[in-house]
Amino acid sequence: MVCALTESDPMTRKVVITGLGATTPIGGDVPTLWKNALKGVSGVRTLEDDWVAKFELPVHFAARCTVPALDVLGRVEAKRMDPSTQFGVIAAREAWADSGITDIDHDRLAVAFATGIGGVWTLLDAWDTLREKGPRRVLPMTVPMLMPNGVAAAVSLDLGARAGAHTPVSACASGTEAMHLGLELIRSGKADVVMCGGAEAAIHPMPMAAFASMKALSTRNDDPQAASRPYDLHRDGFVMGEGAGALVLEAEEHAIARGAKIYAELAGTSVTADAYHITAPDPEGLGATRALKAAMFDGRIQADDVVHVNAHATSTPVGDKPEYTALKAALGKHLDHVAVSATKSQMGHLLGASGAVEAVLTVLAVHERKTPVTINLDDQDPEIPLDVVTSVRDLPEGHIVALSNSFGFGGHNAVIAVRSL
Amino acid sequence: MASNEEILAGLAEIVNEETGLAPEAVEMDKSFTEDLDIDSISMMTIVVNAEEKFGVRIPDEEVKNLKTVGDAVNFISGAQA
Repeated sequence: MVCALTESDPMTRKVVITGLGATTPIGGDVPTLWKNALKGVSGVRTLEDDWVAKFELPVHFAARCTVPALDVLGRVEAKRMDPSTQFGVIAAREAWADSGITDIDHDRLAVAFATGIGGVWTLLDAWDTLREKGPRRVLPMTVPMLMPNGVAAAVSLDLGARAGAHTPVSACASGTEAMHLGLELIRSGKADVVMCGGAEAAIHPMPMAAFASMKALSTRNDDPQAASRPYDLHRDGFVMGEGAGALVLEAEEHAIARGAKIYAELAGTSVTADAYHITAPDPEGLGATRALKAAMFDGRIQADDVVHVNAHATSTPVGDKPEYTALKAALGKHLDHVAVSATKSQMGHLLGASGAVEAVLTVLAVHERKTPVTINLDDQDPEIPLDVVTSVRDLPEGHIVALSNSFGFGGHNAVIAVRSL
Repeated sequence: MASNEEILAGLAEIVNEETGLAPEAVEMDKSFTEDLDIDSISMMTIVVNAEEKFGVRIPDEEVKNLKTVGDAVNFISGAQA
């Protein structure tokens, strides 16, 4: 099915979401993720791995995927993929099946699949092998497994997507930036369908040590399930998570022509850079404010259209507040009427996958008109007076918009705006 | 020193580990590329695993001569001698 450019003006092409997939610390597929996100469960666990004690890591817990990738893919397929790619392929297959697409012009199908860190397990395993056993034992698949574009390439191969396979890399904003790129690819007429997503698998002693060394991780070892507590006065850092999210973006006329089930419209997106500091967020949230305003402008959205925000909210002492400042600047007084969910409270921070999984939750919130919940908010920081959702909230009827924010080390800000049909 | 039967069984195990092919599909007259659909990257992994398992060295320039499973068994057997 080719959609000729003459059928619609590319710059005003509407883009809709027609397929969802995920594998996460609170569910190995979208139905389980959604059920648990509404219930409010913690996917955080104490790590049983020997390396925690061996390296005397200061952080003893993380949020692992509930369904091991090996159980889904099988040994032979899994061994040719880095764990991050395994998660990405699993989520993409679920989203593809969910979209119901069977007949497609593969030259018009693209991939925008992000990662923050890429094949860190493969890289470090190969380094161990080199030192212990020499160069001949370094596996020939090492390079394609460690390269950051490995996940986009694997998804492209799996689907036969030939309109380009892209890997946006912007640390913890990567998954949301993939959505931005996907929208642009369809609007500009370069593709009719884009498999978007993000994948991460960095629960490895080295990244755990490195994030701990910069004091980014919570050290609440005596109560791991309470460790991820965005907006709470006693938050002390984020919790490392892993997994992947995937969304099928489709030109509206393409989706209508095949009679597809449509979840929502991806109305607007944006990406900005702080150019302020390599890791610290701009304390006034200026870059985030510009990103929010740009995404709303892009989607022709007024502040009072917005009913829900899936916040970046990682639970770090310095990160949560500038996001509030930015939301206040972008939405003004209307912010008092916006239900904010911090879903990292449940599943930790999936780094480059977080934006993709949170996009899945944001699309479902708009489609189901219910908000996921925030857990561990016992004592809300008075400097962040947001209306935080702690038990499921119904969203209003009519045309509604939800935003999802992601910010990454490097000063990357990415925002998506999802509109109900 | 392993017999040819033992080398074949060991090789079949390595091929199964790498590709998922049933060990009994790995027979002496089978071509790695034509019959077993093993690509060059998998072949290199199999070679390196065979080197470790049988304590031999299979030089890179020799690998292209190992067309069939039998070629590999015979080479390993000769290298062990």
